[in-house]
Amino acid sequence: MKNGSLKLALIGTTLMATGAYAEDVTLTIESWRNDDLALWQEQIIPAFEAKHPGIKVKFTPSAPAEYNAVLNSKLDAGSAGDLITCRPFDASLALYEAGHLTDLSSVEAMSNFSDVAKSAWQTDDGSVSFCVPMASVIHGFIYNKDAFAELGIEVPATEDEFFAALDKIREDGTYVPMAMGTNDQWEAATMGYNNIGPNYWKGEEGRQALIAGEQKLTDEAWTAPYATLARWGEYLGDGYEAQTYPDSQNIFTLGRAAIYPAGSWEISGFNTQADFEMGAFKPPVRNAGDTCYISDHTDIGIGMNAATEHPEAAETFLAWVASPEFAEIFGNALPGFFPLSNTPVELQDPLAKEIVGWRDECESTIRSTYQILSRGTPNLENETWGASVAAIKGTSTPEELGTELQKGLSSWYAPHQ
Amino acid sequence: MNRPRFRWHIVVFLAPAVIVYTAVMIFPLFNTLRLALYTEIDQNRVFVGLHNFQTLFFDPIWSEQFWNALGNNFWFFLIHMLVQNPIGIALAALLSHPRLRFAALYRSAIFIPTILSFVIVGFAWKLILSPIWGIAPSMLDAIGLKSLFAPWLGKEEYALTTLALISVWQFVGIPMMLIYAALLTIPEEILEAGEIDGITGASAFWKIKLPLILPSIGIISILTFVGNFNAFDLIYAAQGALAGPDFSTDILGTFMYRTFFGFQLQLGDPHMGSAIAGAMFAIILVGVCIYLFGIQTRMRRYQL
Repeated sequence: MKNGSLKLALIGTTLMATGAYAEDVTLTIESWRNDDLALWQEQIIPAFEAKHPGIKVKFTPSAPAEYNAVLNSKLDAGSAGDLITCRPFDASLALYEAGHLTDLSSVEAMSNFSDVAKSAWQTDDGSVSFCVPMASVIHGFIYNKDAFAELGIEVPATEDEFFAALDKIREDGTYVPMAMGTNDQWEAATMGYNNIGPNYWKGEEGRQALIAGEQKLTDEAWTAPYATLARWGEYLGDGYEAQTYPDSQNIFTLGRAAIYPAGSWEISGFNTQADFEMGAFKPPVRNAGDTCYISDHTDIGIGMNAATEHPEAAETFLAWVASPEFAEIFGNALPGFFPLSNTPVELQDPLAKEIVGWRDECESTIRSTYQILSRGTPNLENETWGASVAAIKGTSTPEELGTELQKGLSSWYAPHQ
Repeated sequence: MNRPRFRWHIVVFLAPAVIVYTAVMIFPLFNTLRLALYTEIDQNRVFVGLHNFQTLFFDPIWSEQFWNALGNNFWFFLIHMLVQNPIGIALAALLSHPRLRFAALYRSAIFIPTILSFVIVGFAWKLILSPIWGIAPSMLDAIGLKSLFAPWLGKEEYALTTLALISVWQFVGIPMMLIYAALLTIPEEILEAGEIDGITGASAFWKIKLPLILPSIGIISILTFVGNFNAFDLIYAAQGALAGPDFSTDILGTFMYRTFFGFQLQLGDPHMGSAIAGAMFAIILVGVCIYLFGIQTRMRRYQL
């Protein structure tokens, strides 16, 4: 008797639990964009939930630097969310190969994206897509318009003009010429090397040649950006060696620095922090009249956890992310994260509009180290961080850095052996 | 027949501790060591014996990082032994002075950093030493020593020492407390007897107190050793997983974390990570054994 009633109680609670599930499916999103929490909670999720009653969405981001590690552990433990924000290239490819991400090639909405947009989340042969592209970020320089007007500086288009402008700012002494530090290392590589580099290695042309093994990291095209970075050191603020990424952001938005080597993702943060007018210029070309190349880096996608209990609901959400409606909300709510869908989206933010306009004037490429080349040990991306810092500090010559990076790459990458 | 009854209560009372300890300590430890003997090939876990250790010690890409981390770890430990423990002992000696006023206040103030989280300590010191917002440059400026300031945490040659000193600041309370407790147990009669023989003041400390607290100093040394070789938090909080600049603050803990969980585009490798964890375990085990069998057994103890 006693046993029977216990069983009944158990069955009862199970039924109630499943009943609750049938009413409302809750999808959880894993992400590293903790800066966007408010945007997701106030704009994106309500817009989706209004259209799709019965599906609730929860956005649960973790810290950017820990995201990959946290996500991998969660996936292995089976406690990860239903939807997974995808880092570009190998990190997500590895997740797909390990069976953690679902094949989305058959999802109809994927046809809203160009092949280039999808390339960051495909298998090497391009046959399977496993994440819906969300946004790309573009590199360049953001500058303080007031400071430039005050000192009478024109926006530089060539490298000579760029360094002349820096000299002028330094001589005047009111502003730190350029706000960047080397403490966190990645800025030197991401906002330094991969920002100015595409003009040297001619964007996709050089990047593809490097992957194919036709060019080497010891070639002039790949070491010359380090030589240019070496000249940056004297224009960075006092004690830049211990200056962190948030320090640099604050120095610029407080109006203490004139130029900020940037990624477009800074725009929304800077808009709320800075009370002066900002402009942007693309990485200066080496000689006047050269074709310009920009790093238009596919940065965020979103995929489905293969172990999700609600595949239909998750697919509904992904199809919505691929729709122009999402692109419109996302592109405008997060100026600086540029939607990748084929339907053009009208951006309201002037700075974002200026930057996205470079897509028409310049050739787009992505960061050189992200596709395929960071698969082995030593990891080329991490090595590039160290190398860029060493270049700026002047602790190694560009040639030494090229030789060292090439040695590391050759040690595991067959086309370079 | 008077067979003693099996004393079940012993088993019952031991069980919770044994079960919990096995589940959260012993099993994970051996499982980690086991994991180090495997590798992953095409999504399959393959047994490779000691190959991971061979890679770690003999493949230049890995061994260079390993020896760098180990060397940094020894330097980290050395600073603690040379700075933290002598200061701790000196503070304890001062605090146990009977005529010192506000002793309780000093004791608490010095001990408080120990209970702070690593994240707070790392972040606070990063701000204090920041060349941009920090109070360190302006304080040095106020006494005319601005030229001595350098962005210490960003310089290869100073960063590790700076972090070690921050750690010393945080933990100096522990040796102080242990030694203080040991000093309090020394009976007055012994000191008085020494006084009658003409041993007073500093020589009383060197000749009577110090030999009596030596066992405590030994315990502190071994605690420092284990703590330092397991250290990770402060470096991670202050410098991140890449332990910059240029790996100059990389210690075994951060090297293990980076390898095990991956970092940025570098994917995690639990098997190599476990191999590093295994090496750390071995180093600590050897250190503790040297202490236990080489030093502690030979130490002279006095019946007080």
